[in-house]
Amino acid sequence: MKIAVASGKGGTGKTTLAIALALSLEEEETFLLDCDVEEPNIHLFLPFKDCENKAISILCPLIATDACTGCGLCVEQCMYNAIVKIKQKAMVFTELCHGCGACALICPEKAITEIEHHIGNLSTSQGNFLNLVQGCLDIGNPLAIPVIKAVKKAAPSKTPWIILDCPPGTSCSMIHSISGADAIILVTEPTPFGYHDLKLAVNTLKSFSNAFFGVIINRCNSGDESIINYCNKENIPILLQIPESRKIAEAYAQGSSLLEVMPEYKVILKSLLYDLKQKAGQAI
Amino acid sequence: MKQIIIASGKGGTGKTSISAAFASLTQKAVFADCDVDASDLHLILSPKIIEKENFVCGKEAIIKPLECSSCGLCYQLCRFEAIVPNTESKSYAVSSIACDGCGVCVQHCPEKAIDFIDKESGMCFHSHTRFGPLIHAQLYPGGENSGKLVSLVRKKAIELAQASNMDFILIDGPPGIGCPVIASLTSCDALLAIVEPSLSSLHDAKRLLQLSKHFAIPSYVVINKWDISPKLTKIMEAEFQNMGIEVLGKLPYDLVFTKAMIKAQTIIEYDSTGEISQTLRSIWKKLIHKNEYQPYLIKKEGIL
Repeated sequence: MKIAVASGKGGTGKTTLAIALALSLEEEETFLLDCDVEEPNIHLFLPFKDCENKAISILCPLIATDACTGCGLCVEQCMYNAIVKIKQKAMVFTELCHGCGACALICPEKAITEIEHHIGNLSTSQGNFLNLVQGCLDIGNPLAIPVIKAVKKAAPSKTPWIILDCPPGTSCSMIHSISGADAIILVTEPTPFGYHDLKLAVNTLKSFSNAFFGVIINRCNSGDESIINYCNKENIPILLQIPESRKIAEAYAQGSSLLEVMPEYKVILKSLLYDLKQKAGQAI
Repeated sequence: MKQIIIASGKGGTGKTSISAAFASLTQKAVFADCDVDASDLHLILSPKIIEKENFVCGKEAIIKPLECSSCGLCYQLCRFEAIVPNTESKSYAVSSIACDGCGVCVQHCPEKAIDFIDKESGMCFHSHTRFGPLIHAQLYPGGENSGKLVSLVRKKAIELAQASNMDFILIDGPPGIGCPVIASLTSCDALLAIVEPSLSSLHDAKRLLQLSKHFAIPSYVVINKWDISPKLTKIMEAEFQNMGIEVLGKLPYDLVFTKAMIKAQTIIEYDSTGEISQTLRSIWKKLIHKNEYQPYLIKKEGIL
């Protein structure tokens, strides 16, 4: 059972909830994946014990200048403008390269070999029941998607529970994080920004996903009623409402989990997960 | 031409509310909303759209099933796992989500059975607001190339500023540190990072500040909701000091952020004499003076 925790707007409580959901499962085998590879935060709340680190890289071209005849085919073929011709020789701008391999395939002189270019790190930590995976994009590197893919591959598909903490927004990195999930939770807050971005996220899910999805309204007493009215009108289930609480905010600030300050949520969240599992059409 | 960007690393720290407040303190400026996939600045600035433009960027491969001989070469060559084999019908199709638009399959298909079409992935708008012109955009759901859409927003903002004789651009940036943030940050004159006292925000802001250092952009910090954890605020102030980054001001946790948002007003408009507004004014003045911008950029409100 794969559950993605996403949102349009940032800072609504995705990470807090993803962690609390994973912890509520206690003695069930779970993988908690941090797909927010630009700003991974789960490690601030849950220590990665006996952490295994692996480099994530893509293949980028290395041009043998002696062999390059300056024909320009690679420049023409590169859709990312990562190769330019300077003084009759091809030159690579690695930071623009997506690692598609087009240049190496097209070079008539076989003057292009491909070398690994580091774009991020994958960290995994195995626990008795809860396993943690985090991807961390190198600073200055724009390519989040290959890192997200590596994070998702780190969890065996037969794991009973996989919970994904997704990046904010509705662009390709969000889509790549939620794709393949059996159920999606959109975390929002009842403010105009939260409402607007929730609608964007819902439209995104409707275009790209067949998974069951519902909404959790965080800080539910801090704004207005528009989100409840919208969800009712659109038939989107509201899975849970969490009241605004200074206690939660303070705990979050210091890296404590929701369940440490509000243990009553353990039962609520666990039953929410089982409910999702049932609704996603899987036998328990 | 000076360009200032408001960003945060972590989402939800108050970037847009603070950008909007600064917009109402500025004159002769162009505003640019570079959070193109979940943009919110327009909810406060209520823009009237003057011009819109489709954002066509990148390409997408499509297999023509009748011409495909199912040789599977595209499947072998594609590094983005975008070619999806159908074992039952022994055919191949392209996953539009996974396709990166590299063109390898198109180039090497022996049957020339793969089309390469333009991808329209969003819209870019030039609008009028009560504070001045706004360039903003909307990436379509799941859209790629958000960095390139950000670059388009910035290019249009610069063109507009030049054409209308304004020499200042205020940018509301996206969260994260990836492709759209890099596109938002490059060649800016100053970064104002909005942080909140939490380990997450500190962690994320440090990554953002490393990125801005990489691009040699002078950076400053505002700590929002500081009283949620005075202890962490202290730690953060010390950390920023060690990094040589000045904290221009601290804002307490205040529901005025949400209340102003609900009224579609900036905090300055909603509660002009309140503590938050006063602090925001002082932060804005410091930021302007740091960068030796023309004092006329600051709107005469009587209070300044």
